[in-house]
Amino acid sequence: MNTKNIDRIIDKHQGTADSLIQVLLGIQSEYQWLPKAALERVGERLQVPMSRIQHIATFYKAFSLVPKGRHQVHICMGTACHVRGAPRILDMMRDLTGISPGETDQELKFSLETVNCIGCCALGPVVEIDGKVHGKISTAETADILEQYK
Amino acid sequence: MSKVHLTIDGKKVAAKEGMTILEAAQSVSVSIPTLCHQAKLAPYGGCRLCMVELDMGDWTRFVVSCVYTVEKDLVVTTRSEKLDSVRRNILELLLAHAPDSPKLAELAEEYGADRNRYEQDASFCIHCGLCVRYCAEVVGKHAVGFIDRGIRKEISFIPEIAAKECNECKECFPLCPTSYLQAAFVLAESLVFPKEVSESASKK
Ligand code: SF4
Ligand code: FES
Repeated sequence: MNTKNIDRIIDKHQGTADSLIQVLLGIQSEYQWLPKAALERVGERLQVPMSRIQHIATFYKAFSLVPKGRHQVHICMGTACHVRGAPRILDMMRDLTGISPGETDQELKFSLETVNCIGCCALGPVVEIDGKVHGKISTAETADILEQYK
Repeated sequence: MSKVHLTIDGKKVAAKEGMTILEAAQSVSVSIPTLCHQAKLAPYGGCRLCMVELDMGDWTRFVVSCVYTVEKDLVVTTRSEKLDSVRRNILELLLAHAPDSPKLAELAEEYGADRNRYEQDASFCIHCGLCVRYCAEVVGKHAVGFIDRGIRKEISFIPEIAAKECNECKECFPLCPTSYLQAAFVLAESLVFPKEVSESASKK
């Protein structure tokens, strides 16, 4: 993280206190998380106290205060996917990546998250990785799918 | 400044424009129960205990008196069966989190709230925000804030600021309706910014 880059994101949003959420979203999408030094810079530039930044950064699920992996794996646990075997896919993912939902592996390769319905129930069970949907997957295919992500 | 005339519990009140119903009631010694209100702080409307009834003619409106500003010819009732039951319910929910709070116990007595109505889930903080707002609005240090949301919402000290400021101040401690604030402070202090042993020894 360098301060110049954070400043660039802040400047893009006019650098006023009411653009706090936009600035945080900008940092989140570039770094996949909100490093503390970045938040301190934001507080200094926008004149927003850290207590408020912390409140917002922990309120919305879109923000993360810990580093995330290069690939975001979302396993759908909605009703349709559930009855079509999502729990078994989740178990397989756990075994393959060594992490549970909400966690990131040590190499920062994958972050695992369960979600409740992505909206394409006919494709269940569904796993979404970096925005790409993998539908109708079986436990046997799970390893092959993960292989595609380096 | 022009006065706004309204009626509170049958008393005629001439309130200043922009006053809240709560302030207008207090000006004629009508008491309305509050938990999250503090005269020095901006209106917040967090606990809803101060809810009152407005007579709208053929229907009744329920509004939160600490944030609702006075209007001409309002007819306000501060105590009724319905209000009592609303307040009782709020208190019962809060008591599930902070069963031993003296302030809640006193109000529970008044409104007949049963502290065992809901399964106890002692998280102690009732999210009144008094500590957070006092530190931000009156002291201006922002040493404590909320984190997370919903049932996981809690207060959190900013270690860098709290380590420097809190020991000298602690003005928010007596505001907390439970003892959670003090407990959270002591815990944060011992875990995140322990006092230097030599420093505390030299003060003795
Ligand atoms: S710690 Fe106490 S004062 Fe602060 S929000 Fe919780 S209940 Fe209110
Ligand atoms: S005192 Fe009005 S909402 Fe808490």
